[in-house]
Amino acid sequence: MTLAQELITVGMIVLGTVATRFLPFLLVSRKKPTPKYIQYLGVVLPAAAMGLLVIYSYKDVNLLGGSHGLPELIATLVVVGLHLWKRQMLLSIAGGTVLYMLLLQFVF
Amino acid sequence: MSPKHHRAQALQAAFPYTIPILTGFVFLGIAYGYYMTAEGFHALYPIMISLTVYAGSMEFVTVGLLKEAFDPLRVLMLTLMINARHLFYGVAMLDKYRAVGRKKFFLIYGMADETFSVNCAAEIPPGVDKGWFMLWVTVLDYCYWQVGTMVGAALGSVVRINTEGLSFVLTALFVVLFLEQWRKEKTHHSALLGLGATLACLLIFGNQNFIIPAMLVILAGLTLLRKPLAKEGESL
Repeated sequence: MTLAQELITVGMIVLGTVATRFLPFLLVSRKKPTPKYIQYLGVVLPAAAMGLLVIYSYKDVNLLGGSHGLPELIATLVVVGLHLWKRQMLLSIAGGTVLYMLLLQFVF
Repeated sequence: MSPKHHRAQALQAAFPYTIPILTGFVFLGIAYGYYMTAEGFHALYPIMISLTVYAGSMEFVTVGLLKEAFDPLRVLMLTLMINARHLFYGVAMLDKYRAVGRKKFFLIYGMADETFSVNCAAEIPPGVDKGWFMLWVTVLDYCYWQVGTMVGAALGSVVRINTEGLSFVLTALFVVLFLEQWRKEKTHHSALLGLGATLACLLIFGNQNFIIPAMLVILAGLTLLRKPLAKEGESL
């Protein structure tokens, strides 16, 4: 690719990303009231989107090979357990992550 | 309270929520900057791409796209598909980002997965300016990613540290925020639908093609559940 072609390619990636982020806000008019259906989605979607995001973050786990997702499972259980027990966000996250690193580097 | 005090107070409330993202973004940003320079690109490439694109997974894909034949339309379609999940975030944040004035542009421009998850699920303490809280989360996350990219690009191939597994910090963040969201709900239909539909689509379609089908199943499910959910009061 020439420099111009590289700039256009990156420009397309910026355009595509910005489009997916701005589109909902551009489609909903400021003057007219938001349609009831969209209002409903606005209320129920956050929970579903968080669920999607959780699964998305495990997408590269290989259940059939390697360690069969065992380190991910153990570390996740620890994160959930710590959070239900102490409800200290940083403790839950740090505990699970440090354990995961130890599991990956020394056990599996 | 003076505007300055408002801003400082919001920063104080926002910063702790971004600490996991600080760790995750600096680490992943370094990985990205390091990877792209190791693939033979000048350090300015990852730095400029992080500043403009600002979408982690897409930036890793960019490295490959710049090595292929020139095909801007395919690149645009691919970007729309990989980033389609942002559409959901936008709909979810329509209300929260409504009355924030001029901050709105950057809140939307900088709406990365992690930033969305915090701004969506965080319990903003009473008395703290919500607009400034969300803007600080967005600005801090953006800066973390830029710092990471720059460090990675500059280090090139000099450093060897065993950071294997550190990226789990972002997974742990999502799990914790999911639990926080869960606590706020009266019913859990939507959360369970999000988990179940996405997991099913991941298993059926594989990790390259599952996002769009998952979004469609979630939309269909929520549409079907509209009447029962509205009745139970989850919709208001």
